[in-house]
Amino acid sequence: MNKKQKKKRNRILVALGIFVIMEVLEIAGVFDSLPYGLWVEFVAFLIPYLIAGYDVLAKAWHGITHRQPFDENLLMAIATIGAFALVFFPESEPHMAEGAAVILFYQVGSLFESYAVGKTRKSISDMMDIAPDYANVLNESGEIEQVDPFEVAVGSEVVVKAGERIPLDGVVVSGRSQIDTSALTGESVPRVVEEGAEVASGCVNMTGMLTIRTSSTAENSTVQRILELVENASEKKSRSETFISRFARIYTPVVVGVALLMAIVCPLFLGYSWTQGVSSALIFLVVSCPCALVISVPLSFFGGIGAASRKGILVKGSTYLEALSKVDTIAFDKTGTLTSGTFGVVAVHAHGGVEKDLLLSYAAHAESYSNHPIALSVVDSYSGVIDRDKIENVEEISGEGVSARIDSHEVLVGNDKLMAENGQLYHDCKLVGTILHVAVDGEYLGHIIIADMMKDDAKQAIDNLHAAGVKRTVMLTGDRKEVAEAVARELGVDEVRAQLMPQDKVDAVESLLEANEGTSHNVAFVGDGINDAPVLMRADVGIAMGGMGSDAAIEAADIVLMDDKPSNIARAIRIARKTLRIVRQNIVFALAVKVVIMILALPMIGIANMWLAVFGDVGVSVLAILNAMRCLSVKE
Amino acid sequence: MRKVYKLDGELCANCAGKIQAAAEKLDGVNKVSVNAMTYKLTLDCTDETFDANLQKVVKLFADIEPDCEVLL
Repeated sequence: MNKKQKKKRNRILVALGIFVIMEVLEIAGVFDSLPYGLWVEFVAFLIPYLIAGYDVLAKAWHGITHRQPFDENLLMAIATIGAFALVFFPESEPHMAEGAAVILFYQVGSLFESYAVGKTRKSISDMMDIAPDYANVLNESGEIEQVDPFEVAVGSEVVVKAGERIPLDGVVVSGRSQIDTSALTGESVPRVVEEGAEVASGCVNMTGMLTIRTSSTAENSTVQRILELVENASEKKSRSETFISRFARIYTPVVVGVALLMAIVCPLFLGYSWTQGVSSALIFLVVSCPCALVISVPLSFFGGIGAASRKGILVKGSTYLEALSKVDTIAFDKTGTLTSGTFGVVAVHAHGGVEKDLLLSYAAHAESYSNHPIALSVVDSYSGVIDRDKIENVEEISGEGVSARIDSHEVLVGNDKLMAENGQLYHDCKLVGTILHVAVDGEYLGHIIIADMMKDDAKQAIDNLHAAGVKRTVMLTGDRKEVAEAVARELGVDEVRAQLMPQDKVDAVESLLEANEGTSHNVAFVGDGINDAPVLMRADVGIAMGGMGSDAAIEAADIVLMDDKPSNIARAIRIARKTLRIVRQNIVFALAVKVVIMILALPMIGIANMWLAVFGDVGVSVLAILNAMRCLSVKE
Repeated sequence: MRKVYKLDGELCANCAGKIQAAAEKLDGVNKVSVNAMTYKLTLDCTDETFDANLQKVVKLFADIEPDCEVLL
């Protein structure tokens, strides 16, 4: 509780004490035996009323004088003053105790409400509190100085001790340590960094001491960019949110009108007493307050965005969270999204009884002088040591392969063309990718297949999406048809469009959008952002992979996945759906309770009293806020 | 000039919206945002009007939601 809340709590307790004493005196009949008993009672209950509720009256007055009259304070003020004012009508039965009790109840409720909102807000902002407070700058004399990260010049050297946050983006100049990147990427496995490694601000240094040369100012650092994105997300309002605020604008005057009508029409034309008419109208006013919605709906979205950011999923606005929850078609870019975009050996097919290792060893030795990506991936996959002394006469034949003399054997490593030109027999392979045949001294040893490596979790990602109810997954790629189809088959993607130019991708997404036209479902596109920007903007929801670094991705997309894991897409959809479900629950629950109490308050039914009305206002708000807190938690 | 201030007290999305709408109409304000979730006021004004506009925005808070104050 903050200071204001504590003060309010104490005030409520004092007022409650006085109220209980007065209530006991009233029941004991003390007021009735006194001269002017009714007036003594009036004053007796006015004291706790004013102690508990003077701020409500003050705020109501403030609202009137500043021409913002229709808020709950005014409604509460009218309703409770009404209860006291009945003392001036000798024929009616005064409700002074009720007036004081209702304001007490209301204040307890609103205190609880403000506490719950504060608590929820705080736990969300704590989750996002990843901005480092200070940087340990190494100055010229070699001393460490603690300064605000915003005052550190680019190129300064900063020291990060174990347990501290890295204050600015930079390159490690000395030290070796493990860093926890989970605040930025949601990835829980620590990353090992040493001299020369680039590190992002906001990560926590876990074990050793690091010295870093900064490469960005605080304004442009990764952590600030992320924070800005997430904090401003609540400004891009979702349809549910704008609906609520528009709703509140029409709703309040309508309710006030209906209440007035009730207070006048019922006694004049329907034969009810003025007291009945007025008290029904007051109950009506109090219960009608739309606070439960106005507070809980934005809070739910904020919670959902916060929870997503904790998992490395940045959502740029609650409107995108809403759009994401309705996605049933997802189009993927292939390279960089489902595949890692780096080449690797996917299979080694040895011919006859040849050892796979021997085959790889010859290939790796022959390719060891080349820095072509394919050569590098062959060398990478060879587990043994390359002995350069054994290699002679290396000759690269552009577009075909390599010939070399290794350990006094004549070795040929290359494609079909190289084999054919040298009169070498070879086998074809049914796998798709770049095929390297290996022949030694005229004998065919087998081949190695090299292809774009699929991401570890790509298959899992597609399975999870199907399980989450995504009906159509489509892969869009500029790659060759056979390659694209092979990848799609392995991953379980429903459709493939291959050999597309960037413009064709936009057309493909547009045709998907057309297919969904007239339904409430959305199309998402997932890409790595650099040449996919137009497609990201065209889709209902644009999702960019790997926000660490590419500004183009962050700029064009609606949702950014900080780590390169496609499996986070399904998780993002789950978070979005859960948030929307909670929002809908709150809207339905709050409106239903309010409508029921309003009906019960009609003079012809007359069951509802002021207590129920206050419950319908602050009680419902508190319940809705507690429900909204659930948006914060994410199931694994 | 653009500066960010923390807010203290109680502020609902509704009042934040009202304050923001009123502040956007002030002369010299390029962009202003009152965030009821992060409790932050971001004020972006031309340099010469910044201080005067800041005072006006603080007054808007006092008028529309006296329970919330700007921590200067």
